[in-house]
Amino acid sequence: MITIGVNGEVRTVEVSAWKRLLDVLREDLRLTGTKEGCGEGECGACTVLLDGVPVNSCLVAAGQCDGRAVTTVEGLARRGIDGSTVLHAVQRELVVRGGAQCGICTPGIAVCAAHLCDSDALAGPGDARAKVRELLAGNICRCTGYQLIVDAVIAAASPASNQEGGS
Amino acid sequence: MTAYLRPATLAEAVAARAAHPDWMVLAGGTDLMVNANHRPEPPGIVDLWGCADLRGIVRSPDTLRIAAGTPWLEIIRHPDVNKHLPILVAAAREIGAMQIQARGTIGGNIVTSSPVGDSLPVLLALDASLDLASPRGRRIVPYHEFCTGYRTTRLAVDELIAAVIIPLPDAATHLSWRKVGTRAAQSISKVMAAAAIHVEDGRIVWARFGLGAVAARPIRAVAAEHAAARRAPDAATARAVGDALAGEITPISDIRSAADYRLEVAQNLLMRFVLNAGRA
Repeated sequence: MITIGVNGEVRTVEVSAWKRLLDVLREDLRLTGTKEGCGEGECGACTVLLDGVPVNSCLVAAGQCDGRAVTTVEGLARRGIDGSTVLHAVQRELVVRGGAQCGICTPGIAVCAAHLCDSDALAGPGDARAKVRELLAGNICRCTGYQLIVDAVIAAASPASNQEGGS
Repeated sequence: MTAYLRPATLAEAVAARAAHPDWMVLAGGTDLMVNANHRPEPPGIVDLWGCADLRGIVRSPDTLRIAAGTPWLEIIRHPDVNKHLPILVAAAREIGAMQIQARGTIGGNIVTSSPVGDSLPVLLALDASLDLASPRGRRIVPYHEFCTGYRTTRLAVDELIAAVIIPLPDAATHLSWRKVGTRAAQSISKVMAAAAIHVEDGRIVWARFGLGAVAARPIRAVAAEHAAARRAPDAATARAVGDALAGEITPISDIRSAADYRLEVAQNLLMRFVLNAGRA
């Protein structure tokens, strides 16, 4: 029995310790927002946060998640006071700026980019666009190129954008 | 169902390893979990990820001791590593990308012992040693003696790597690192080279060259090192280093690169490192 905090809820699953976190999320918990691209840790489509850190969920064994907290793309948005869904600033900017096309890489990019915006990863001196490009290099998009994706992350990371999000 | 143990201390980890020699020793999973669904399910896992004794970086007057389970992201962000071992930070930043750096560990890179392991030429150039732990006790093995062949090492079946010990280079030692591949992030290298070149009074006293992806294992280019020693870091020495290297490595052609390209790039990198040590 493995107990994982998933998007703020305690979930228990009866699976082998060897099962990939990606498969636990998709098959056992039916959280199919997380996609499988390569299964080798190359493409980043399956990125989730494990104890707040972006990881490829295809490379994490279920046993390693016992007692840990996982955030998937389904956990980025929150519920507003009127019950409506309030997207994370990064999700909103990806939509507004067209930073998505076929959508397979998008959940991984949204999770990774949300971490960049919500942590101090982009803080400090240096060119923010260059930092976004280095830190998103593990998320491969084969449709749009990265220009609009980087635009969306930069916009979401700006303080004005976060106020707009009502948080 | 795969059994699972999460030892809390190094002593527990060593005991678990000794008790279950057929189980997989897993840390960040960035090598062992690749294509996991197409691999045989291991009978059990000894998970070192949460083991506090295997994580962290400690500075002593002469060395940095990096616990084997320390992930690359922690190494990249550590002030002492940035100050004293910038080539290790440079190499770590080109390991996969953030998700891989968050999980991949220095000890994992060493145990997997791939000829293209990104940090391994750097550990050779820095003359790192390994602190190995088993129920029989501890032993220190110089890293340049550790890799014995293609993905084979001197690690005994009941041993774990506890830490990597790296002597702190002094100000007269010039450090260089370069990875050549199709893309900085995520790609497997064609050639990697690292150098520590000690220059005094305008002459190279000694040099250590570590190379990756040019042999069955990460190697020191000993003949090239001898060609550099006791000479000025100038163009003639650089040529002698390049010639010596051609006599001691025989890279292969594979899906990622060709043998003659690999040799020429490796020569160019070492020659550039020598010249840069002269300009600094």
